[in-house]
Amino acid sequence: MAHAVRQSNVDLVAAYPITPQTVIVERIAEFAANGEFKGEFVPVESEHSAMSACIGGALTGARVFTATASQGLALMHEMLYAASGLRLPIVMAVANRALNSPLNIHGDHSDIMGSRDSGWILLFAENVEEAYDRVIQAFRIAEAVNLPVAVNLDGFTLTHSAEVVRMLPDDAVESFVGRPPRRPTLLDDPPKSFGLMSLPDTYQFFKEDQQRAMEGAPPAIRAVEEAYRKISGREYGPVKRFLSDDADIVMVMLGSYAGTARVAAAQLRSEGIRAGVVSLGWYRPFPADELLRAVEGAGSIVVMDRSVSYGASAHPLASDVMTALYKAGLRKRVLSVVYGLGGRWFAEEDAKRLFRHAAEPGPDFESFFYYGGDRS
Amino acid sequence: MSAGSAEPKGGERAQVRSLLEIDRRERLAPGHRACAGCGPMIAVRQILQAYPEDPIVVNATGCVEVVTSVYPETSWLVPWVHVAFENSAAVASGVEAAMRALRRRGEIERERPVVVFAGDGGTFDIGIQALSGALERGHRMLYVCYDNEAYMNTGIQRSSATPYGAWTTTSPYGSVWPGKREAKKDIVAIVAAHGVPYAATASISHWKDLMTKVRKALSYDGPTFLHVYAPCNRGWRFDPSLTVEVAKRAVETRFFPLYEVENGRYRITLPVTKPRPLEDFLSIQGRFRHLLLPQYREALEELKRMVDERWERLTRLASARRAE
Repeated sequence: MAHAVRQSNVDLVAAYPITPQTVIVERIAEFAANGEFKGEFVPVESEHSAMSACIGGALTGARVFTATASQGLALMHEMLYAASGLRLPIVMAVANRALNSPLNIHGDHSDIMGSRDSGWILLFAENVEEAYDRVIQAFRIAEAVNLPVAVNLDGFTLTHSAEVVRMLPDDAVESFVGRPPRRPTLLDDPPKSFGLMSLPDTYQFFKEDQQRAMEGAPPAIRAVEEAYRKISGREYGPVKRFLSDDADIVMVMLGSYAGTARVAAAQLRSEGIRAGVVSLGWYRPFPADELLRAVEGAGSIVVMDRSVSYGASAHPLASDVMTALYKAGLRKRVLSVVYGLGGRWFAEEDAKRLFRHAAEPGPDFESFFYYGGDRS
Repeated sequence: MSAGSAEPKGGERAQVRSLLEIDRRERLAPGHRACAGCGPMIAVRQILQAYPEDPIVVNATGCVEVVTSVYPETSWLVPWVHVAFENSAAVASGVEAAMRALRRRGEIERERPVVVFAGDGGTFDIGIQALSGALERGHRMLYVCYDNEAYMNTGIQRSSATPYGAWTTTSPYGSVWPGKREAKKDIVAIVAAHGVPYAATASISHWKDLMTKVRKALSYDGPTFLHVYAPCNRGWRFDPSLTVEVAKRAVETRFFPLYEVENGRYRITLPVTKPRPLEDFLSIQGRFRHLLLPQYREALEELKRMVDERWERLTRLASARRAE
């Protein structure tokens, strides 16, 4: 990811260290120390100030980046709304991690789900190469729709893994991202004011504009993905489907455990269980149409959440999936499963158990925390 | 670039001696929504007129922000941004650093001056972490704290800039409390401890001193700080016609000394050799009037002691400089 930032003509990186994001920022600092990163590296004193500095930098028309995780994202939460409300094309990597208390530094999606409604485009990477690709794409997506973009990657699973990444040449990335298109800035003449106070008569207009921008983002995201495919041969799209076309049971996921589920689904075919997997590359805007096409033939849907919506019947991703089904007039068996909190292990055997469970007749809706065997 | 390493370019030429030297072009349009007799708005106008070049203004949430920026109108004739309450120094850091990157790319010719306006709540309290970070990193900016000694925008609540004995809605006086029970934080010393090249106090009542300090501050390639006394007639309970008079008496009673810390050296820029009685300052404000009642005599003595101690400390620090 640090390489993607180095290659993407970024002007400003403002960041604060937090496990497991630190590896990204340390590498950017090294690049800066060696003159390989051409922008300014501002080692701020908190995540709140990281996003604040990104907002200030973006208001000059510069291209800016930050990375954080967990408590850091929670601390900058207030500023996420300022970034999106000001319609700034800021790109951020989120090394998804659990939230205190109890303290836990390992992966889950509680952090980003807490900021889900802050008006950011949310992309999820499944592996390291995808995280690299998504950061490069994110700059162009953000600048095309004037919305900030968060690229999510599972803490430790992706931040601290050794994987082969087919990096693109520097000049290919530099020409792909170019320079940010002109937008209103603090350097304009005549001068402009940003961040005004808006009273009850106008405030809702701005919020509806943000919703319209989000709803209108898919074609722009698609166009960037297509352009990126031309230079890299790699394309992810809003949903990645695996054996889902003829599946009776589809598991819907975000993040790095999708690969685990795919292995399980493929192996179950020999048992006669027609399992498939749908992994979302976009979470906001929510790709409801693409998701429906991928699950419409299935009888049961297992929706996997690495976060909890306390007191809700269905957890965040499951709520989105069920809303999509309702809009399409589809009623299916849906399992809202919480798993992998605080880095809890999830293996092929676990995915198989859930597939098998969903293959059995049961109620239309179930919601539970999955542990794998017993809770011990 | 690091704090304190820069050389001043202004020197004697920074000295403002006459109104004729001032750029008469307004940077702040009339018709804003501030109360009549608003001290902070006088401060903002004076500061923006002190320097020939238009700065980029970063404004913390607070009175100045809300009275100048109700959509779809703005009072600002210079580039202006408001993001939040506690982060102006961080926003300004990003603006400044990004301009450096853009200049290196050849996309802009030069960086513009960056000026922050934040109140005492946004500086002494909730914004002090972001301020400290920006000072330590050495961003070139002038950070102005307009001090009206309480949270006025939310309805006169005490801050760590509220002086001992002052009434606010969260430091009322009663049979046990004398008003605020704690002393005012020494923000200039805190800022100066970061090793910044220039930090100073100023008052809207002494505009030549204030404008001179703005010019000096902006001549430094590094973070600089102005602590500007800006009375609030609504919160301090005095007639709107007295704003400048109240500020003037604060200086003349040694309640708010005018001094600067330039490259670590203290200098009292307005020596008050014959201070007026503190009562001259207290008696014209409702927030202090209780201190003149017999039952608050001890608190009044305590406040006087604090004022004397501060002056003695400043004199000591300034004479240490002369002895060098």
